[in-house]
Amino acid sequence: MEPSEDDGPQSTSGQKGEAPTGHEQLLPELVAHLRDNRTQLRQEWANRITDASLLSSMAPHEIFSEATSVYDNYVEVLETGSVEALQHYAQNLSERIIPQGVETHEVVGIVLLLRDVLARSLFEKYHKDFSLLNRILDAYEPAANRIANTVSVSFVQERERVIRQQQDAIRELSTPVLQVRERLLILPIIGVLDTQRARQLTEQLLSGIRAHRAKVVVVDITGVPDVDVSVANHLVQTVDASRLMGAGVIITGLSSEIAQTLVRIGVDLSKMNTVGDLQGGIEEAERLLGFTVRRAVDANRQED
Amino acid sequence: MPTDKRTERAVLLSVSILRQGNYLIASIYAALDDDELGRFQRELIRQVSEFRSRGVIIDVAALDVMDSFGSRSLRNLAYMARLLGAVTVIVGIQPDVAFAMVQLGMDLGKVHTALGLEEGLVRLDELTGAGRLSPASRPK
Repeated sequence: MEPSEDDGPQSTSGQKGEAPTGHEQLLPELVAHLRDNRTQLRQEWANRITDASLLSSMAPHEIFSEATSVYDNYVEVLETGSVEALQHYAQNLSERIIPQGVETHEVVGIVLLLRDVLARSLFEKYHKDFSLLNRILDAYEPAANRIANTVSVSFVQERERVIRQQQDAIRELSTPVLQVRERLLILPIIGVLDTQRARQLTEQLLSGIRAHRAKVVVVDITGVPDVDVSVANHLVQTVDASRLMGAGVIITGLSSEIAQTLVRIGVDLSKMNTVGDLQGGIEEAERLLGFTVRRAVDANRQED
Repeated sequence: MPTDKRTERAVLLSVSILRQGNYLIASIYAALDDDELGRFQRELIRQVSEFRSRGVIIDVAALDVMDSFGSRSLRNLAYMARLLGAVTVIVGIQPDVAFAMVQLGMDLGKVHTALGLEEGLVRLDELTGAGRLSPASRPK
């Protein structure tokens, strides 16, 4: 990238050392050309987008209306040299199209297509005067690249923001520590257990143990899709840390597949108290805590 | 009151060792250096032997760090007490400390742990079969 690119098209053309007065007039000329041929160029662009089967998740009329806005913004940036408005628009556009499942390559693709379409039309118009075409392109290209850059970056940034937001939401929601009886906590784990989450989960569990004065914790991993060495090690760590706090841990919800995997990969879970399902785990925990649960009907019969 | 007897030989300012019936309750109030840990260990074992204690509680609630030497010393202490016929329960490990210990691979081995002093006493009763404080709901 040329360092002068950030200074806008005006200074770029000035730097080339050619008659500056002529260059300053080139951009307005360029903008006027793009405005005059707006309908035709816009239509051509929309056709190219459809041909390249980009934005397949959007309806044709949506593509056309977005294309119109992008086109107008594009010309405006060429005219003013300021990308602020475009940045704003691109962010707004991203917010709207990301939920529709538009991919990064599509956004970059359509902006590059527009650049190509406009460049073609410039070639067509100025092909008789090669040196004028050169100067026009000198003015056009840096601005066009900047626009492509701005739109792509805005899109990616917006996407990352959405991803971060969702990660936070998932993190908040996914690790409840629930008390079911006096001194008995349940920790259902749902979803992938990565290092960061395992850490957070352990921290929550430990503070839960202290807050509820828990003696037994049932950790249910029915909702964990894959148990590999690292997940198993996280579980072992959680169990050890809870034990240091004086609470016993019962792991439940190991499926037969997971049991086989764990034995095959040689994870040592012998220190861990495991029970097949959550119900069994709670029953075992109640036994450890000295609770006896029985049906009211049966209890009445015994008393009779 | 005999249960609140603090021996003159426990010269450590940051540790107290109290006798409560058959049990010894040792509380650590501040981080101990290696030398102090050694003295604490000797003193506690001496008292276990002298009072023929059945159980020992070590309260570490005031500690917000635990290094590997510290955890090894506590573990050794528990094993030594075991040889003298006393069960050791370590109580009051803070969540942060527990997490850090696990992360760093430190281990208290087979030493018993409990959340706080009260839970520790109940645990000792269970382990020694004393039943002094045992709840009616205790299994079996």
